[in-house]
Amino acid sequence: MTTSIKKLPDTEQVLSGNGACGGCPATMALRIVGKALGSNAIMLLTPSCSVASMGMTPKLAYNWPCINITFATAGSSASGITHALEIMKEKGRLQGELPTVFSWVGDGGTYDIGFQALSAAAERNDNMIFFCYNNEAYSNTGVQRSGATPRGSFTTTTPTGKRQPKKNMALLMLEHNIPYVATATVAYPGDLYDKVVKAKNIPGMKYIEILAPCYLGWQFDMPETVQMSRMAVRNGAWLLWEAENGKIDFNNPSSQIISGKKKAEPVNEYVMKQGRFNRLLKGSDAEQRIAEIQGDIDHQIAFMRERAKITI
Amino acid sequence: MKSAQVTMDTGAHAAALAVKSARVDVVPGYPITPQTSIMEAIAAMVENDELHARFIPVEGEHSSMAAAVSASAAGARVFTATSANGLLYMHEVLHMASGGRLPVVMCNVNRGIFAPWTLWADHQDSMAQRDTGWIQYHCSSNQEVFNTILQAYRVAEQINIPVMVNFDGFAISHCLMPLTLPPQEDIDRFLPPYEPEWRLDPNHPSSFSNVTNAAEYAPFRQMLSEDILAAIPLVKQAAQEYKDITGMWDGDTIDTYRLEDAEVVAIAINSMAAELRLSIDILREQGIKAGLLRPRLFLPFPAEDIISALPQNAQVMVLDRNYNFGHPGGILASELKSMLFGRRNDITVKNRVMGIGGIDLTRRFMAAEIRAMMDE
Repeated sequence: MTTSIKKLPDTEQVLSGNGACGGCPATMALRIVGKALGSNAIMLLTPSCSVASMGMTPKLAYNWPCINITFATAGSSASGITHALEIMKEKGRLQGELPTVFSWVGDGGTYDIGFQALSAAAERNDNMIFFCYNNEAYSNTGVQRSGATPRGSFTTTTPTGKRQPKKNMALLMLEHNIPYVATATVAYPGDLYDKVVKAKNIPGMKYIEILAPCYLGWQFDMPETVQMSRMAVRNGAWLLWEAENGKIDFNNPSSQIISGKKKAEPVNEYVMKQGRFNRLLKGSDAEQRIAEIQGDIDHQIAFMRERAKITI
Repeated sequence: MKSAQVTMDTGAHAAALAVKSARVDVVPGYPITPQTSIMEAIAAMVENDELHARFIPVEGEHSSMAAAVSASAAGARVFTATSANGLLYMHEVLHMASGGRLPVVMCNVNRGIFAPWTLWADHQDSMAQRDTGWIQYHCSSNQEVFNTILQAYRVAEQINIPVMVNFDGFAISHCLMPLTLPPQEDIDRFLPPYEPEWRLDPNHPSSFSNVTNAAEYAPFRQMLSEDILAAIPLVKQAAQEYKDITGMWDGDTIDTYRLEDAEVVAIAINSMAAELRLSIDILREQGIKAGLLRPRLFLPFPAEDIISALPQNAQVMVLDRNYNFGHPGGILASELKSMLFGRRNDITVKNRVMGIGGIDLTRRFMAAEIRAMMDE
């Protein structure tokens, strides 16, 4: 049973008075993550929205020691910290339960510039949780395309809409043979909470990717963050799944879409609601380009359905 | 009391033995010629339980320095090593170490940089990191590599500034020389355990390298600039105390040879400076009053020590193993001239670039070069 939002702990690690935009999905997600991790943790960030909004030096809106590290190195930097803590404990210089080391990085720092260091940390199975809060663009620098930007999306560097599909980053992480991979999103806080609690208690490398609909980048109304997150799951643009030791399990409601019990909603309303897509409707090839977006989603659902059958 | 152990070893292995003696906690590493032997030796020491540390086999030097920086921020004593393009690849994160005031110690085994491809020594790699805010030592023997790494930790941890210990690829890294290993208890007396003033600690949540406004950023940078200069007395103190405990001396900020009455002074760093002693002897036999001044410390540049060591009216011959692109000659000469300007108008400075990409620098060749420079 997924934990109800009403049952989440009252403790907060994201303190009031941070600099995030109203309706910021990354901050919302971090709040839930904090409830699962507790205060005994060390947070790594790379230059991104979550750093820009955590307060100016020396103020800090997060109740953890936070290190803002070079953009490309969230993976290797977390390795440095986790090894340092473990050896200092072995040598008797640290006592008690070691803190959870976690990276909190956007899709740019995960899919693109940070991929190499993340891949290597995963291959070494270093003990950490790597969170990607995926808002499908470089939102902090004013919305440029990333490897997580879906086909058809307008960004400032794809002014006629992106021509390529996004890559399946969570699946790429699964193929590193790490003990735990999960996807989540803010409309399903109990699901996210449970996954973080699970990850916290597994040694080695854990990867959790959180779809984070950004009203600024996606161009929808600020109060609709959670609604956009829910729509992405219901139409299959975002699949909720987790994999312990390589075996993929889909979570509700994605599991019903995968099993065929429920049909994925058509993508049209999702596209219409977001300025980043709906500009396509003005072009003469509107129908074809929306069909491409739908095609990418259909392909991913079909592909992940088949991929999950591989359990050897 | 245990006595020192005397052995024959390479410079690379001397570096690894110093890391072991310093009781380092975390070593991220990535192979690059000619540094690789250091990492291989440390990886073996960790696996054989000779060194109680973590070796992190990262996927590149950028990550190597990032892991070093972060492990240091977590409170560990860290080490890494690199060469040439590996050092260039680290460049961004070098600034993170110095700006973050983390006492990382690293060996750079000097090698010419790409392109075109060379494996052999020159000093373009470390000189190109002049403005990263790292303290830079340059060593001219295997023993000095060992000694300097231990002194580097002392200085770095006193002042919270990272230190780069440079020595030449192959001439030092791969050649056997006699090596004296002081007893571990002497080294422990010289280098106490690392106790950071600050570390990433959940009991005291704080941010590291968070966003600043100009009013905060500027003082951070000014402090770094001032504190690097303040390293000079600490470098001298470390050299003196190391000598008091181990009996070994390589010079402090500078090292000199037959300098007192010299009329012609050669200035150079690293292994070529060891060979230059022999060139000085040749020149003396030829009736030229020659002497050697070897900056052991390149950054901070030991200006006052050089100014007071140079004899009156000396002709200074700077032998650079690097280019100062956009200027004639090399970087060492440029640093020296800017330091002497308005201070020692009695000194003339001449400069030649030599030994690029590992061209052999023999005592006879350098003696002849100095003679030729005298006639210029």
